[in-house]
Amino acid sequence: MLAASGMTTESRPILDVRGLRKSFGSTEVLKGIDFRLAPRELAFIIGPSGSGKSTFLRCCNRLEEPSGGSIHVDGTDIMAPGVDINAVRRHIGMVFQSFNLYPHMTALGNVTLALRLAAHIPRAEAVDLGRTALARVGLADKERAYPGELSGGQQQRVAIARALALEPRIVLFDEPTSALDPELVGSVLQVMRDLREAGMTMLVVSHELQFARAAADRVVFMEGGVIVEEGPPAQIFGDPQHARTREFVARIDGHH
Amino acid sequence: MTLSDILALFFNPEIAAKTSGFLVDGLWMTLLLCLVVIPVGALGGLAVAVLAALNRRWLNVLLVIYVDVFRALPPLVLLVFVYNVPPFAGYRISEFEAVVIAFLLNTSSYYGEIFRAGIESIGRGQWEAARSTGLGWWQTMGWVVLPQAVRNVLPDLVSNTLEVAKLTSIASVIALHELMFAARSAQQLTFNYTPLMLATLIYFVLLWPVVHLLSRLEHRRIAAG
Ligand SMILES: Nc1ncnc2c1ncn2[C@@H]1O[C@H](COP(=O)(O)OP(=O)(O)OP(=O)(O)O)[C@@H](O)[C@H]1O
Ligand SMILES: [Mg+2]
Repeated sequence: MLAASGMTTESRPILDVRGLRKSFGSTEVLKGIDFRLAPRELAFIIGPSGSGKSTFLRCCNRLEEPSGGSIHVDGTDIMAPGVDINAVRRHIGMVFQSFNLYPHMTALGNVTLALRLAAHIPRAEAVDLGRTALARVGLADKERAYPGELSGGQQQRVAIARALALEPRIVLFDEPTSALDPELVGSVLQVMRDLREAGMTMLVVSHELQFARAAADRVVFMEGGVIVEEGPPAQIFGDPQHARTREFVARIDGHH
Repeated sequence: MTLSDILALFFNPEIAAKTSGFLVDGLWMTLLLCLVVIPVGALGGLAVAVLAALNRRWLNVLLVIYVDVFRALPPLVLLVFVYNVPPFAGYRISEFEAVVIAFLLNTSSYYGEIFRAGIESIGRGQWEAARSTGLGWWQTMGWVVLPQAVRNVLPDLVSNTLEVAKLTSIASVIALHELMFAARSAQQLTFNYTPLMLATLIYFVLLWPVVHLLSRLEHRRIAAG
């Protein structure tokens, strides 16, 4: 009993997904995903193109509306009827492959917009928080720059700062380095490494295998809308249990 | 006809002096019309476009009908209709009100299509980024999508505004005392074309800067690719 009550407070998952299904029309893209992410955990999702990785991530903040199953974020049932989805999303950061910065706003404007409009924080305070967030990603000196004036790596770091400024419980990354020139990938990975050090809970779709080996607590291999296998990086990359995982890992390892 | 006859008929200083006060009154009315009709039409069009972006099925059916109907009707026909039909239903409306209503119906349809193209030019990624930070639909529309949308279609907006400003001259057919009406009246009273020449000059001076702005915007768009 005591142990059970200890469980609920101490290691309640930040993300708790059960039986998640998603169909587009008649094609089922997610076929029952069960997944839990503990506080401070960094999990990597890998899998072939079209396996449903992005869809899974996008269901976690309801950018895609799940067709079935349940998702709890930090204890909140995000699919409960009447849930304030905008309030929920403030606590779930999301970083996109194509950055999606607002091109008509400065870096600081990008970072403070949701602080002011969604979190209703007064302007001066929002600016302070925004500057802090930009400093965390190493861009304190770029607050006045517009996205068009920044490199891809810098833009992605502004996008990360935009998510961080809202003090999320979890950050979802969908191939954050795939659109970057190789020489710019490192700066973004460094920011993600720092976040991990700081204890951020992160769910990352990416094919940066070296980073996964070094930084991930867990690697999840998805194919055909299901989780085929998950485990520590050493297991998934070194000694995968399933033939599909073995094939996939061998294939992408060959590319790197 | 000798040259001096032509000058006396088209460029007659005496007639110009006599009718200029009348023309200036007309000019003020034209300016007032523009000041009312352009914002009303543009805001109406913005409303049409934003409501269309809500993507509600029945609302969209209504909006498509609205836009198509009022783009199909010649503005002159619409104006005469708006001015002459309500009295039969017991509403007496002034010439000015008739022009404002007819222009709202006509120009909001065109402005609406322009704003709609602008909104559609903004990719899904912008929406998703904003919504993922907890912004609501209207906040995303107002702060993220519309500022970029308007910028993308600015030349079309200016171009349409130019057309609307010119179109105010049709108010003369229901005897609203704007510039065109003043010029035609003065011409008929004096049997002389000088007032028309003056009005032409005034329209040109008024609109040329807008045309200039437009071609600069269009060149910038070409340069930007
Ligand atoms: N909005 C949509 N409408 C219809 N089908 C979709 C939609 N979004 C995704 N799909 C389909 O769902 C499947 C999974 O797509 P998803 O983007 O989740 O894959 P992924 O694993 O992220 O692939 P990639 O590695 O190429 O990014 C694909 O077959 C895709 O075509
Ligand atoms: Mg994807």
